[in-house]
Order: sequence, then structure tokens, then C-alpha cells
Amino acid sequence: MEQFINFVKKEFAHVWRDKKTLLILFGMPVIQILIFGFALTNEVKNSEIIVMDQAKDQASQQISSRIAASRYFDIQNSVMNNKQMEAAFKKGKIKMAIVFPAGFNEALLHQRKAQIQILADASDPNTASMLTNYVSSIIQDYQNSIDKAAAIPYLIVPEVRMLYNPQLKGAHNFVPGVMALVLMLVCVMMTAISIVKEKETGTMEILLVSPFSPLLVILSKAVPYLFLSLINVASILLLSVYVLDLPVNGSVALLFVESTLFIITCLSLGIFISVKTDSQQMAMLISLMGMFLPTVLFSGFMFPIENMPYPLQLISNLVPAKWFYLIVKSIMIKGLGFSAIWKETLILGGITLGLLVVSLKSFKIRLA
Amino acid sequence: MSSAFAIEVNELRKTYGKEQLVAVDDVSFHVNKGELFGLIGPDGAGKTSIFRMLTTLLLPEKGTAKIDGYDVVADYKQIRKTIGYMPGRFSLYPDLTIEENLRFFATVFGTTIAQNYHLIEDIYVQIQPFKNRRAGKLSGGMKQKLALCCALIHKPTVLFLDEPTTGVDPVSRKEFWEMLKRLKAQDITILVSTPYMDEATLCDRIALIQNGKILSINTPQNMIQQYPEQLYAIKADQMYELIKALRKYPEVMDCYAFGEYAHVSFNGSFEDNKLKTYLKAEGLTQIEIKPVPPTIEDYFIKLLKN
Repeated sequence: MEQFINFVKKEFAHVWRDKKTLLILFGMPVIQILIFGFALTNEVKNSEIIVMDQAKDQASQQISSRIAASRYFDIQNSVMNNKQMEAAFKKGKIKMAIVFPAGFNEALLHQRKAQIQILADASDPNTASMLTNYVSSIIQDYQNSIDKAAAIPYLIVPEVRMLYNPQLKGAHNFVPGVMALVLMLVCVMMTAISIVKEKETGTMEILLVSPFSPLLVILSKAVPYLFLSLINVASILLLSVYVLDLPVNGSVALLFVESTLFIITCLSLGIFISVKTDSQQMAMLISLMGMFLPTVLFSGFMFPIENMPYPLQLISNLVPAKWFYLIVKSIMIKGLGFSAIWKETLILGGITLGLLVVSLKSFKIRLA
Repeated sequence: MSSAFAIEVNELRKTYGKEQLVAVDDVSFHVNKGELFGLIGPDGAGKTSIFRMLTTLLLPEKGTAKIDGYDVVADYKQIRKTIGYMPGRFSLYPDLTIEENLRFFATVFGTTIAQNYHLIEDIYVQIQPFKNRRAGKLSGGMKQKLALCCALIHKPTVLFLDEPTTGVDPVSRKEFWEMLKRLKAQDITILVSTPYMDEATLCDRIALIQNGKILSINTPQNMIQQYPEQLYAIKADQMYELIKALRKYPEVMDCYAFGEYAHVSFNGSFEDNKLKTYLKAEGLTQIEIKPVPPTIEDYFIKLLKN
């Protein structure tokens, strides 16, 4: 044990003395958080929505069928009560709900004015505002078409409510994404590089020819990066709370526990890369191409996964960052507890375990 | 487990890659306990591959090797506890100081600097004034001393030094070999490899190695004595012309450049004046001819020619 502690101390010394890398490690999350303030917009297609038609009259059905005809929407089972709807929102099964109040047509014909309620999941603010805009314009269209035949104009008022994120803050969406990115970079790349460095400089040769277990060599390398990453998680959260004005709605402790799980995922990936490569450049390239890009593409934080072709959606399930992103979004933005994310946690845990076993098994006790 | 030999190697073989490039070709030798044994050969002769197989870093393709009676494949864990290894390239942590490096390797082997300080004292006092300097900022000679300290700190029974003096200045090289002699006195078996022939005479016994094959194993003195002919060192104003002329001379058996001289051996009798006259006729001046004792390098060249 004393050997292990000493080893970890040595690893910390490596990290502290490389001032440039240290600056990058701690500066990166700050800069990314600030840069990603300008989130990207993307077209949204086939979003799952539900229509709660409490009126079931001519006008409500005509509007519903117009919405159903649009390629932007995919109407799910419409028979839901309020509770079911709320649950569907929390699970992320639906992005939007359209509610026609009872006597919708009546109100429209007699009072010349009727209301429609539109509820949208604004934890992804871009998608939410786009969806509500589409619906509003479909309703506007319908209103225009019945206006032509009438002497006095009709007025249909869409009443929009943004759930979870009423002010449509873009940051809600990217903070979990940046968190996944930063952890991926720090853990995967830095761990891989620091182990491959020992191979490159030849110190691995000496370490192997010692009574010290090769497994402990690897584990002691992972410890400093676990700490560094937790500091990064803390700094991202502090920035988002105090600079971006985004509260953490759920439990901070749970957020840290889940982050630790994801960090371990990344560390195992880093170890795996280090086992398979022999030079620092190679390790860096693979970490960037193999880890960073899929994280950006498939975590759902830049490009909505539901818009992707089906095979890509399947691939996205293999990307650990996707699950971490869902978890962080649920905790930070929706304020949900563990009961809502146990499934994602289980999947992430499974991926981690698999990676850990594979990378430790493929670790060589000899040079070749 | 006890064994008469510190290192015992039997028909060890290693090939690399799909082309089956033979790096070590059925090599056999043994090293006695407390012996300073040298593997002498040019770059690419297979020295490092042998070292790596003996230090359990590579698996031999064929053959067996034992360190202190332990098999390098089956008992690798045991061997890793008892041997000291200094790889060819500098392999300590450049961002840690001298003292930190030493302390780290001491703990890795489950010991402390204080416990075996007597082993490294002679060497360590020379670098101690710089103990807070980072290893990356040391000169080549100091790096080697530090690496040797790190390899010795756990009092190994067998010490493997892979080209410890490559890239080190002549003064440090001399000091280094003196240190090895003192270690030998402490009953540590040492296997050392070097491409420098002049270091060969400092070993108890040496193995000359070329293209993965051992050409000869003997004490350096015996090797020199076994050299069959009298050697002459010949010098003239133009080296290239001299060698060309000598090679045409019918009684010359062997002739090659050796520093500023040409080393020459002859068939049968040799007459100083006759050769001088011949060389003068070839247009050479400032001719100097003297008999010289052969060196290990001469012996090695002779072996390669046969």
C-alpha cells in the first residue's frame, strides 16, 4: 500500500510540474463553457408529440390532422391524462404536448376566439422553440383558411409553456455536453498519454522489471486524473451557477457520483488506448478521433440524435457520453432523482465494467 | 532454488515480425556467480534482445534461460524481485529530481535509500550535490550514475546493464567501469553489454556477438593470446593509398584500418626493409612499421572474416 501511495505521489508530481498541460487542463473547461454560449441551431424532424384533444370537434380535428401531416411531428398515442403526460415528458418520450380545451369549436364559432395550450420540453431550448414556432404557424394557417369565408375574423390563441426551462436558456443544454466533453478529453487523452509516455521513455521497462504489480502501475496513473476531473466538474458547475445563472435543480451529490462513474469509464478507455499504442502522438490521435468526435456527434448535445438515420442512432447507444449527457441533463435541468436515471446509470456502469475488464486484461506484463 | 550459475542460457532464440528476422540465434552461455560478464558486439547484434529476454520483458521463442535458478518464463515474478536492470536509453523520470527518482525506485522495490545506502554510496556521493536537480537537466555521465544507483538500490543479486556507457564521455566511462569493479567485490553478478571493444578487457569473461550469434566466449586475455599471427601497425602519409598498396603485396594476409594505423598480418616470414622499399616505390612517405600486441577488436575482426 505504501508503494501505491508513493506511486500516486509521483504521478501527481508529473502532473504539477508540467505547467503548460496543467493550464490547458484547467483552462479548457472554462473556455469551452464560455464559447459554447453560442449554441448551434439545428432543424428538427419527426419530433414525438402528443395531442390531448378534450374537444374532439371539427376544428380541433382539422388542426390535429394538419399537425399530423407535417414532417416535423410524429404524433404519439393521444389518449393520456395529465399525469401520464408529465411522466412522458420526464422520460423524454415526448418533446411537446398540444392540448385542446373542451368546447374548442364552440368557443371559436360563438366567441370568435379560442385557446390552445402548447407545452414543450425546453431542456433542449433550440428544439423547444422551433417546435412551438412550427405549431404556431400551422395554427395561424388554419385560422387564415377559415377567416376567408367569414365576415368577422376568428382568433386562435396558442398559449405556450416552456417546461423545465421557461427562459429558454441555451446554456441548459450545453453545460452537460461540455461536462461530457471535458471529462472525455482530460481522462481519456491524459491517461493514455501518461502511460504511453512511460513506454516511450523506457521507464515502463524498469517498472515491469520490479516486484511492483503492473496493474498497480496503471491504477496509480489513473488516480491523479480522477481528482483533476472532479475539480473540473466542480469548476464547470460553479461557472454555470455563478456566471451563467443556471442552478443545479437536482442533487449535487448525485451529480458527482454519476460524474465519478463517467470518469472511471473514460479512464478505462484511456488505459485501453495506452495498451494498444506505443507513441504519445498515436495515443493523442486515437483519443481525439476515436473519443472526442463521437462525443461531439453522438452524445446528442450538438446534433439531436432523433434526427439521425436509424443505424447512427444505434451507434450512439455505444457512446458512453450519450448516457452521461442524459443523466446530467436529468439531474441538472429537470431536477430528477436517481429513480429517473437508474436505467442510464446501469447502462453506463455496464459499459464501464466492460471497458475496465478489457483494458486490464489486455495490459501486458511484458514488452511484447 | 539454488544453482551453480547466476545466469544460464540455453539455445535462446528470438525472431521479429512476419519476415522472421532473426535477432537472437540459438545463443547459449552461462555466467558464474559474482562474475562481470560482457556481451560485446556492434549495434543490432542482438544484445538488447538477449537482455530483454533475460529480464523477463520478452518471451523467448525457443530455448530456456535461468537467473539464479529461476526460469525467465515460468518464474518471472521471482526474477523481477531479485534483479536490477538498467535499459540502454536513459529511462528515469526527467521531471523528478535525483533524490525523488532514487526514492521512487527504492519504494517500488519495497526498500528505502537508507537500507542499502552502502551499495550506492560511492556513486551517489558524486551526484549528491545536485540531488535537487531534475534528472532531465543532468549530463550524460551523471544520468548514468543516477540510473545505476536506481538499479542498485534494492541490492539485486544480478545486475543487467544494457550499453551503460553509450553516449557517455571517456572520463565518465572510465569511472563507470571502476564502479562496476567495486560492485563485483560486493558479490553482485553483472551482465553488461557494450559496443566498445576497449571496454571488453575490463570484464572477467566476454562473449563476442554478431548477427544474433555468439562467435566466441572466453576471458579477454585468452582471446588475445589465441590470436594466431604477429600483428604489425603500419603508418604512412596517405592512409587510403597505403591500404591499397598493402593489399596488393603478396605476403599480406589481412589488412585493415585501425585508428591512424593499418593493422597488418602476414603469411610466413616478414622482412621490414623489403616492405618499406615496396611502399616507397608505391609513392608513400613517412613510413612507420612496428609490431603490436593484438586487441579484442583485432580478434573480433579476425572472427568475422572466418
